[in-house]
Amino acid sequence: MSFLKTFTNGLLKGNPVLAMLLGMCPVLAITTTVINGIGMGAATIFVLVCSNTVISSLKSIIPKQIRLPAFIVIIAGFVTICGFLLARYFPDIDKALGVFIPLITVNCIILGRAESFASKNSVAKSALDGLGMGIGFTGALILIGSVREIFGNGSWMGINLFSRDAAVSFLTHPAGAFFVLGIIIAVTNILTKKMSAEKTGCKECPVSDACGKKEES
Amino acid sequence: MGEMMIILLNAILMENLVLKKFLGICPFLGVSKKINSALGMSVAVTLVMLAATAITWPIHTYIFLPNKLQYLRTIAFILIIALFVQLVEIILGKFFPPLHRSLGVFLPLITTNCAILGITILNVDDNLGYLDSIFRALGGGLGFALALIVFSSLRQKLEESNIPKAFKGIPAALIAASFFSLSFAGFSGMVENMFGKA
Repeated sequence: MSFLKTFTNGLLKGNPVLAMLLGMCPVLAITTTVINGIGMGAATIFVLVCSNTVISSLKSIIPKQIRLPAFIVIIAGFVTICGFLLARYFPDIDKALGVFIPLITVNCIILGRAESFASKNSVAKSALDGLGMGIGFTGALILIGSVREIFGNGSWMGINLFSRDAAVSFLTHPAGAFFVLGIIIAVTNILTKKMSAEKTGCKECPVSDACGKKEES
Repeated sequence: MGEMMIILLNAILMENLVLKKFLGICPFLGVSKKINSALGMSVAVTLVMLAATAITWPIHTYIFLPNKLQYLRTIAFILIIALFVQLVEIILGKFFPPLHRSLGVFLPLITTNCAILGITILNVDDNLGYLDSIFRALGGGLGFALALIVFSSLRQKLEESNIPKAFKGIPAALIAASFFSLSFAGFSGMVENMFGKA
């Protein structure tokens, strides 16, 4: 794969949220506003690029049997750094995202890229892959956040667009998150002519090889 | 006891991990196709959640807090959970092979289940006491089980029904989850009315 392809893979075709259905928890939880989505996306890009780079450069040192715990510790380290930076420079976003900042550690996009890409590819390619995947993730967050904020709250990025009385506040509730994501994935299916997203179960889990369980489908 | 009941019911119904807090969505969508796997997953998650809270709370309160090491909690908690899951798997495999066969397959997946790390962090963030934390973890696990098991029976119907092709699979499941979550909104205020304000 060329460098350009490595980068663009995560944007559309291999989009972690819309095509691979990974990292659903933050996608559903924090997309009530666009700003939160951008904050979460930026934090994830930071952790993803750093962890991919470090894991790729350490891939020959980390013993194969304990690679998953090692990856998780590296990722958790960068998540802690990211939490410090957010709390210092963007306290509002830090408050709004709350527990979902430490939970970036267990976002399956990050562990998945470490396992399936960074542990097999060069440092530069891994960093690019992390950047592409992170931007694809952020794009999906902004898309879902926009739909929910515009129709659910009558505003975009905090700017009032129309009266709140005309907005469907259902969309800002947890139930609305499931609803919007379902519709968006269905529309993605139509646009990409891939008629069904039958990608669930352990086979699609990025760490399925490591956990040796594949009969569930 | 009334206070414990409030925490428990609150965690099961009103603050349902999956439907309200969006923790553990991956197993919720991934392991809900068959009711048997849903059951196994629920039991495993509830047990690990309880044990993880029982271990991490004292470590945070008696080691991290006095030494101002709270920032270590993410790294420490995830390591403790990973170690504990590994340990349980080994013990089950050695001494309870039948249980290992039915639950063992779900255990490795649980390390990266954000519901477990989420509950342990939420408990120490909210400064809950030890017993309160345990009850909240139990309620969280039971709430996860309730959502997963009910949803898996719903999904079996969904698989058989005739829906537009683009919606087949995950999109339809998400929209079903949306209405499911909406129905849980009906529980808000119920617990206060039953037991009085906490």
